[in-house]
Amino acid sequence: MTAQSAPESWEHTRRVIVRNALSIGLAVATYGVSFGALGTTSGLTVAQTCALSILMFTGGSQFALVSTIAAGGTGMAGIAAATLLGTRNAAYAMRLGPILNSTGFSKIVASQLTIDESTAMALAQDETTFEGRASRLGFWATGLSVFVLWNLATLLGALAATTIGDPKTFGLDAAIAAGLFALVWPQIKTKTHVIVACGAALIALATTPILSPGLPVLAASIIAFVFGYAQRNEPT
Amino acid sequence: MWTTILIASGACFVLKWLGGVIPREWLEKPVVGHITKLLPIALLVALVTVQTFAHGKSLTIDARVPALGASMVALKLKAPFIVVVVVAAFTAAVLRHFGLFN
Repeated sequence: MTAQSAPESWEHTRRVIVRNALSIGLAVATYGVSFGALGTTSGLTVAQTCALSILMFTGGSQFALVSTIAAGGTGMAGIAAATLLGTRNAAYAMRLGPILNSTGFSKIVASQLTIDESTAMALAQDETTFEGRASRLGFWATGLSVFVLWNLATLLGALAATTIGDPKTFGLDAAIAAGLFALVWPQIKTKTHVIVACGAALIALATTPILSPGLPVLAASIIAFVFGYAQRNEPT
Repeated sequence: MWTTILIASGACFVLKWLGGVIPREWLEKPVVGHITKLLPIALLVALVTVQTFAHGKSLTIDARVPALGASMVALKLKAPFIVVVVVAAFTAAVLRHFGLFN
């Protein structure tokens, strides 16, 4: 993913993408175990916990819903928190639409698989290499890998009602951040991208103490609107 | 509880689906095109920042910070993705094991 200077064969590119998709799936799965355990210890049944991972399938929203209910919040408050955190997936879907070009049933599946990791992996590939096949494989391989592993992990955690150990002990919290960072890195190509990236980081830091967890990421999106609007007279 | 789960999941799915059914002509307007290209960068960078520095509503410097630093070095050295991820996990795990960072 990082060394893209030399022309690679499709076989090689395909193998690298699939391997990367599996490794990010494994790192994310450790949090699936935590989610499963949190679900059943918060009073949800095993079936309800697993249903969230299958039907909602967006980690931030799932944790928000279950934590709100565990803290004594109403169902409405839980729904509001989950929905608000899910809005960034709408922005991802807008960006991925022209790349994936899915229709019918595959569009429905693609929608469900639109999450941080699959979007980051798709956009980390050059959109023009192999007529966009690399981007599409990045999306589908990562989406499916995370879906399968996240759901297996949720079931495991829900049944055991205890985490196998704190994922932090193994540094897995840092692994997920580093993985996403490695995927955004190749997307930052122009001076505007650098400014948007730095601005987003600063807004996220500045708003963390004042906003509920999850919202600083949404607040940071304002920088994309500002700079996108400023470039309105330039061709895309 | 089931009602809450189904409504919230439905809402999350609709958000994912809505973004994908926006007409192509609308996405091709320069202003929309620029914004949709910048949005994932802003969102993902903000996510990485929060995952590295936030602990609930407070900002902390713990093992995640040097771990991200180590992974940046690995990226600069053009290490493969899996190496970048493992370097971060290993750095954080070792620092925590020896009690150097939280």
